[in-house]
Amino acid sequence: METLVNRRNLFALAAGVATVPLVSRPGFAQLAALTGAGASFPRPVYERWGQAAREGAGIQLNYQSIGSGGGINQISNRTVDFGASDAPLPMEQLRERSLLQFPTVMGSVVLIVNLPGVADNALKLTPEVVADLFLGRITRWNDAKIAELNRDLRLPNLPVSPAYRADASGTTFVFTTYLARVSETWKSGPGAAVSVQWPVGNGARGNEGVANAVRNTPGAIGYTENAYATVNRLITTQLRNKAGNFVSPTMASFQAAASTADWAQPGFAADMVDLNGADVWPIVTPTFILLPTNPVADRVTGSRNAMRFFDWAYKNGAEAARRLEYIPLPDAVHAQIRASWSAVKDPSGAAIWTA
Amino acid sequence: MQQPVTSPSRSSGAFGDKLFEWLCRGAGLLVLAILGAIILTLLVGALPAFREFGIPFLWSTSWNPVEGRENYGAAVPVLGTIITAVLAMIIAVPAAFGVAFYLTELAPEWIRGPVGTAIELLAAIPSIIFGMWGLFVLVPIVQNYIQLPFGEILGSIPLIGFIFESNNFAGTSVFAASLVLAIMILPFIAATMRDVFMTVPPVYKESAYGLGATRWEVMRGVVIPYTRISVVGGIMLGLGRALGETMAVTFVIGNANRLATSLFDPSTTIASVVAMEFPESLMGSLKQSSLLALGFLLFVISFIVLASSRWLLRSRLK
Repeated sequence: METLVNRRNLFALAAGVATVPLVSRPGFAQLAALTGAGASFPRPVYERWGQAAREGAGIQLNYQSIGSGGGINQISNRTVDFGASDAPLPMEQLRERSLLQFPTVMGSVVLIVNLPGVADNALKLTPEVVADLFLGRITRWNDAKIAELNRDLRLPNLPVSPAYRADASGTTFVFTTYLARVSETWKSGPGAAVSVQWPVGNGARGNEGVANAVRNTPGAIGYTENAYATVNRLITTQLRNKAGNFVSPTMASFQAAASTADWAQPGFAADMVDLNGADVWPIVTPTFILLPTNPVADRVTGSRNAMRFFDWAYKNGAEAARRLEYIPLPDAVHAQIRASWSAVKDPSGAAIWTA
Repeated sequence: MQQPVTSPSRSSGAFGDKLFEWLCRGAGLLVLAILGAIILTLLVGALPAFREFGIPFLWSTSWNPVEGRENYGAAVPVLGTIITAVLAMIIAVPAAFGVAFYLTELAPEWIRGPVGTAIELLAAIPSIIFGMWGLFVLVPIVQNYIQLPFGEILGSIPLIGFIFESNNFAGTSVFAASLVLAIMILPFIAATMRDVFMTVPPVYKESAYGLGATRWEVMRGVVIPYTRISVVGGIMLGLGRALGETMAVTFVIGNANRLATSLFDPSTTIASVVAMEFPESLMGSLKQSSLLALGFLLFVISFIVLASSRWLLRSRLK
């Protein structure tokens, strides 16, 4: 009896093994595989899109957030279908690596503070003050420069403890780009990059590390992605924008930045830092996808799936992105991006994206 | 006399013997080959950085990854690595000695088992756990109960006061990193010491006691000399772990590429810098090469530590 059961199991197993090659042909119920690697900044939205696209587009996305640098390395070696980077690659690098670049969503960076008695979005900061705080020139919170901006607040006499990302990250790139834009001293000092030589403060790993450092230290100031700050209910600040208005980090001020941006740039590398507009939040950035323009024969399907996936995401993913505090791209930009996909050619020279 | 009947199986035994010998030799050589390959990979990867910066790479305190003015130096992470490891040893070795001495000489029989097992369990905790525990528990303690109450008093001591004076109030600091490292390596050192203390033949100790020696005299005059090599081996094991520890340190050291002038200043270590910066470094870039160069330096430091411990013990190794 027992042997019979075993045999039956064995038979079922053998049948299962035999059917696997049959199923793996492109069929109705079969999910198309898509692998991507890169930036951690857009990981939550890519994962959400990936889950929804299983049913919506029949695509199984495997996204590894190994960092923008890792994503650029992997797509340059063609070990994944697409790479993802927070900072846009310069045109000559894109040409050299035969890559096409396009944005997916936008995100923003906000300042978080830990000041006893100061409510969310109550503290007003100017670009100069932010730069001075991170340069170590303002060392106490009751400094006259901060006090005169916040006459309605009682600022404690606490030492300023800046917190920054210790791991190289796109968030740091955007934030330091902003500081370099608004402060000559910062530009000629630490500069703008995925990691810089911070003059003062403590480094922590990841958004969660910075948030934790700020939460644990009275008098701390740090920067994180807006999504992270919102989900964790961190105390954010107002910031004065280029037009001279104090703005709070809200969806409205992010949208204002998105609609002001100039997308007619090579590689869609729109510069969204410190834009001029009445209600614009000054630290916003697009995040980018890198696709090979000349995929090798066995990666052609992967490239097509990547374009199918992002086409689907542009059409159906805006709500999911907004719920995760990312900012969807304007529809006009979506159309331009689809048009740019014609540059991706298979080995025979035919465009892979034809829709 | 009976003739042994093993002659047919003896030939296969000889073959097995040869096979075993070669397998073991292969395993031994494989270790050497892997070690050589790692050193070579690091060195080849590090060459562009060494060529660009030359010898001053070793004492330059700069770490500037901004495009266009890239400049890397190893001084901050190298010093950070050595200082945290040495501080950790200063804290951990006496404590480990105390644990081992207590467990072998003083503790009642029923307590030796549980405490011994606890030490072994402590050694098995993954380093990331120590990192998280350090960040959430130890760092606030350092911040609120050590630095704030004592920092200023200690800072006013003439000459050495600057060691305790700091503008960093976040709690993540060289001191916190050393403390976490000390707790991490303590079980390794303590377990090794306890095991080797137990190998001392009781008759030696009893003779010493018989001559009227106190416990401390027995320890110093009999147990330590008898086990010196193994004790140093255990300490080196701990030191090796402290030098290379990554996750636990990176959580609590503050990751600042600045020279720490005070115990409470943030700094960084080689392993921590490499872990933090490697994922965002482009292949073939000067940054990646500098990170590999740091890895190579860590290798060299570990080698120097091991070699000097061997050298210190050379007369007794004969």
